[in-house]
Amino acid sequence: MELFVFVIAAAMVLAGALGVVTRSNPVHAAMSLVLTLFGIAVMFVAHDAHFLAAVQVIVYAGAIVVLFLFVIMLLGVDRAEDLSVEPITNQRPLAAIIGVGISAIVIAAIVSSRAGLGASGQGVNETTLESPDANIRQLARVIFSDNVFAFEITSVLLLVAVIGTVVMARKTKSVGTGK
Amino acid sequence: MSGVIFAIDPMLEGNVLWTPLLIVLVKVLLVFVVGLVATMLMVWFERKVIAGMQNRVGPNKAGPWGILQTLADGIKLFFKEDLIPERSDRFMFRLAPYLALVPAFLAFAIIPLGGDFRDGKGGLVTLFGHQTRLQLADPPVGVLFALAISSIAVYGIMLAGWSSGSKYPLLGAVRASAQMVSYEAALGLSLGAVLLVSGTLSTAGIVNMQSSIGNWNIVATGFVPFVIFLIAATAELNRPPFDLVEAEQELVGGFNTEYSSIRFALFFLAEFMNTVTMSALIVTLFFGGPQPISIGNTTLDIPFIPNAIEGTIWLLLKVLVFLYIYVWFRATLPRFRYDQLMDLGWKILIPGSLGWFMLLAAQRVGRDAGWDQIVVTFVTALVLIGGYGLLLAAQHVSRVNREKDGASF
Repeated sequence: MELFVFVIAAAMVLAGALGVVTRSNPVHAAMSLVLTLFGIAVMFVAHDAHFLAAVQVIVYAGAIVVLFLFVIMLLGVDRAEDLSVEPITNQRPLAAIIGVGISAIVIAAIVSSRAGLGASGQGVNETTLESPDANIRQLARVIFSDNVFAFEITSVLLLVAVIGTVVMARKTKSVGTGK
Repeated sequence: MSGVIFAIDPMLEGNVLWTPLLIVLVKVLLVFVVGLVATMLMVWFERKVIAGMQNRVGPNKAGPWGILQTLADGIKLFFKEDLIPERSDRFMFRLAPYLALVPAFLAFAIIPLGGDFRDGKGGLVTLFGHQTRLQLADPPVGVLFALAISSIAVYGIMLAGWSSGSKYPLLGAVRASAQMVSYEAALGLSLGAVLLVSGTLSTAGIVNMQSSIGNWNIVATGFVPFVIFLIAATAELNRPPFDLVEAEQELVGGFNTEYSSIRFALFFLAEFMNTVTMSALIVTLFFGGPQPISIGNTTLDIPFIPNAIEGTIWLLLKVLVFLYIYVWFRATLPRFRYDQLMDLGWKILIPGSLGWFMLLAAQRVGRDAGWDQIVVTFVTALVLIGGYGLLLAAQHVSRVNREKDGASF
């Protein structure tokens, strides 16, 4: 069963990823990205990481790609691009080399550390009919007790990013630079 | 225990037995049919009630009281010509109605449709020797599933508007995406208050906590999250007074202008299905779902009916109240202007729900630590008032800056 789910989810992820790269229309590419994100969410569910799956769909598919589409529609850049023209010369061979190189590194890392890939740390709680969210309780406990500092720092980082964007996107006319 | 497995194990990794599999199949079919019939009746109900409010008769020809009008309209739409505009993106144009319809049906899966929640039974019923719930699925992420579904529901509308290759649908789609993304934040934050009080994500668990009116989340969370949730849900559904997405006076018909025949019917179906689902979700989260109405230890009991089925009747009655309220909104309230919509979402609902969440959290911490509740509430309220003052000051400064730049708003 797990293999079956993995094959379907992996096919979704790969088809979506190929679509992002090869579709000439930006909206189609964005929808392919959604397909990839859903495939990853399915894989999370298959590994009992239900919360991560939900967050994956809510944040990535539900907010980030929607904003991509929003910008594409608002700016009217939704014409099909001519993929045969290269704006930056030699970027395709370079991209191919880098892609192959990264895959080689990842595969080498997996092969070399296969012995140490056993499960470590605390396992997830089994979900039962009486308490279906035991697993999520465990995750929340870890985030809000042991790792609360990292969690807070991340939220401050996001806040800084938002404020920084607002400041940079503002027109600076009122500051009086005399332009 | 394999009967249990299906309720909690979507991957079906346990031993597959035929009885639980059949139970799940029957449940899927039942939820699908209930959803369709409920939607059909909702369309009729809305037309009939709104006609009454406007001193008209409303549908009265097809079937008794015109109850089959929706069916007749559906059949008519089936046989109409299906047009695809020449400048449209054909693939997306065909895909969009299904992207709107599928989330509408999926969200219905996590609503507890019945079951006996009294005397600590937790809504479990025994069917053919297997314990199960009267809901299609009780996923570990529970309510987050509903949020995820409502966040992907925007794709159908966006792509429909964009792929039509025409002006007004595109404007409708851009409005829709901005509106739905904005109000999702308020929706999620007011949901947080419910989760804080219930201490569980599972919808069945949330219902189980609300045994009497004093325990209903509308009382337990202090009314404000309910109001915010209701407003945000209305905006999320694109229903009046937040129906800027299909404002017919400005945008012809909004995102579905170019759609005809059965594809239009699918959008229509999804919209009303979403209304029914959202009403059911509000009842589940704030009004005890299928729990009977009870004050203290006295319970209003419907005689001669098993408790599990009684739950369904109570759910139906409570959902009807909210469906009526949605129709009432439509008949009463004029449409918001776009800047009013965004102001309400970002400057009132989101800070309001965040502040209320903080108040509830502070009270919880205070109760655990044994502090004086009145002092805790007072101090938190002071902090909130200070925060709101800062927010107002910031808005004032930015308005002054804009006016200095010569902007007219």
